[in-house]
Amino acid sequence: MIKLPIYMDNNATTRTDPRVVEAMLPYFTEIYGNAASRNHAFGWAAEEAVEEARSQIAALIGATDKEIIFTSGATESNNLAIKGVAAMYRKKGNHLITVATEHKAVIDPCKRLERDGFQVTFLPVDHDGRVSADQVAQALTDKTILVSIMAANNEIGTVHPIKEIGQLCKQKGILFHTDAVQAVGKIPIDVEEMGIDLLSLTAHKIYGPKGIGALYVRRKNPRVRLDPLIDGGGHERGMRSGTLPVPGIVGFGVACDLARKEMPTESPRLLQLREKLRLGITGQLEDVHLNGHPTERLPGNLNLSFAFVEGEGLMMGMKDVAVSSGSACTSASLEPSYVLKALGVGDELAHSSIRFGLGRFSTEEEVDYVIDHVVSAVRKLREMSPLYEMHKEGIDLKTVQWAAH
Amino acid sequence: MAYSNKVLDHYNNPRNVGSFDKADINVGTGIVGAPECGDVMKLQIKVDPATGRIEDARFKTFGCGSAIASSSLATEWLKGKTIDEAMNIKNTAIVEELCLPPVKVHCSVLAEDAIKAAIKNYQEKQPAPTAEVPATAGI
Repeated sequence: MIKLPIYMDNNATTRTDPRVVEAMLPYFTEIYGNAASRNHAFGWAAEEAVEEARSQIAALIGATDKEIIFTSGATESNNLAIKGVAAMYRKKGNHLITVATEHKAVIDPCKRLERDGFQVTFLPVDHDGRVSADQVAQALTDKTILVSIMAANNEIGTVHPIKEIGQLCKQKGILFHTDAVQAVGKIPIDVEEMGIDLLSLTAHKIYGPKGIGALYVRRKNPRVRLDPLIDGGGHERGMRSGTLPVPGIVGFGVACDLARKEMPTESPRLLQLREKLRLGITGQLEDVHLNGHPTERLPGNLNLSFAFVEGEGLMMGMKDVAVSSGSACTSASLEPSYVLKALGVGDELAHSSIRFGLGRFSTEEEVDYVIDHVVSAVRKLREMSPLYEMHKEGIDLKTVQWAAH
Repeated sequence: MAYSNKVLDHYNNPRNVGSFDKADINVGTGIVGAPECGDVMKLQIKVDPATGRIEDARFKTFGCGSAIASSSLATEWLKGKTIDEAMNIKNTAIVEELCLPPVKVHCSVLAEDAIKAAIKNYQEKQPAPTAEVPATAGI
């Protein structure tokens, strides 16, 4: 028996792994000391747990323990990396490079810096959502202090050539930050091999708890310095003050440990499920478009546009399946996904997009169920769609004069 | 944000989905919205030439659940009404009936626009009464 509703929105967040929860529990009621209390057993026990977690997190990305700075999550990590570097290196230059398809937690800090006198280049992406190291090279100026490019996109799953970009930045002596929230634990990430100086990650995307994240800050070759956003007790090498949330950190550590150990078997499993889902849907329906790169892509991410059907309407038609859509109707802004627009997908197909996010707890049975329900919902809605009717009559929708409202 | 039961009912059991022959002189067709805006409604009325009342209505909608529900409800309301009565269907009544939240009010506006567009199209297709005057005057 399949359990409903089915969660297939793992790019938004993930279920906390029961093994993670189990590890966290004692840190609420038994080992509840403040990790900064240096003079009693409660503090020592908490600190020990934090250091263990730090080393588990570092191991997942090829860093050393001391390079991990705990934050409240990736939004804070991105803000700290971008604003922290901008403030610290302002005398060196005022130019930053990022990409049009970044998460808002990167775009908005960059836009704030623009208002404060910095110049930011937002690189365009190709039709599959990728930037190239060449594009970065061409955008560099003698004023560039930071390149911030996500490892993998949250909507379309496209993976950027992080290693090439990192090597370029190393060679030019420019700091390189990557928002690796979607990539960490899903595809191999190694800060040394990839030339990464700053890396944002968060627990809740890798089956850990919400409210805890980290910023990797390189300590040598070069030693990266940051102006903190939050001042106080001087925790985390002075870069992020505030009492450490020990239970969350313990959970984060275990989540990283599990991700590292299970990735070699879990990633191929997810890829197989994703391809089953993709082929199961596209084998039965015409006019379904894949958004994002066909192969340079997170294993669990599938983003499809179902022509002639609106995304939110479609989500309503598969009510026992939790997915997300790039349709404006699902956002407060009434604008369709800016990520899909940046790919040149066109507003019409952006409104028709659905993101499926497979994860550790997704099963083959669930994929079968989702295929059936997507196919029948799309068929039903196409029968109700005036656009589909016109398409069937051979009318080119692009030539129609719409009475826009 | 959960959908109201009435929206769900219209979404799951849409009334009067389909199309009439656009060329039929008794049929008025209104198509409003645009694909790049995320909703397109096609609404059709069929007027009984004997009574001048709308005897039947059909819709097809590309849009979210609230857009589908708004157009489905509109077709229900149109049936049996005179053109003048149909012109008086207001989007606010649709909002109220379907309990649409503020972000979905535009779906009801689109439905009202679709009704008006269908009526306009029907009226444009009717032979102008003045055109017949000279013929009879000649007798």
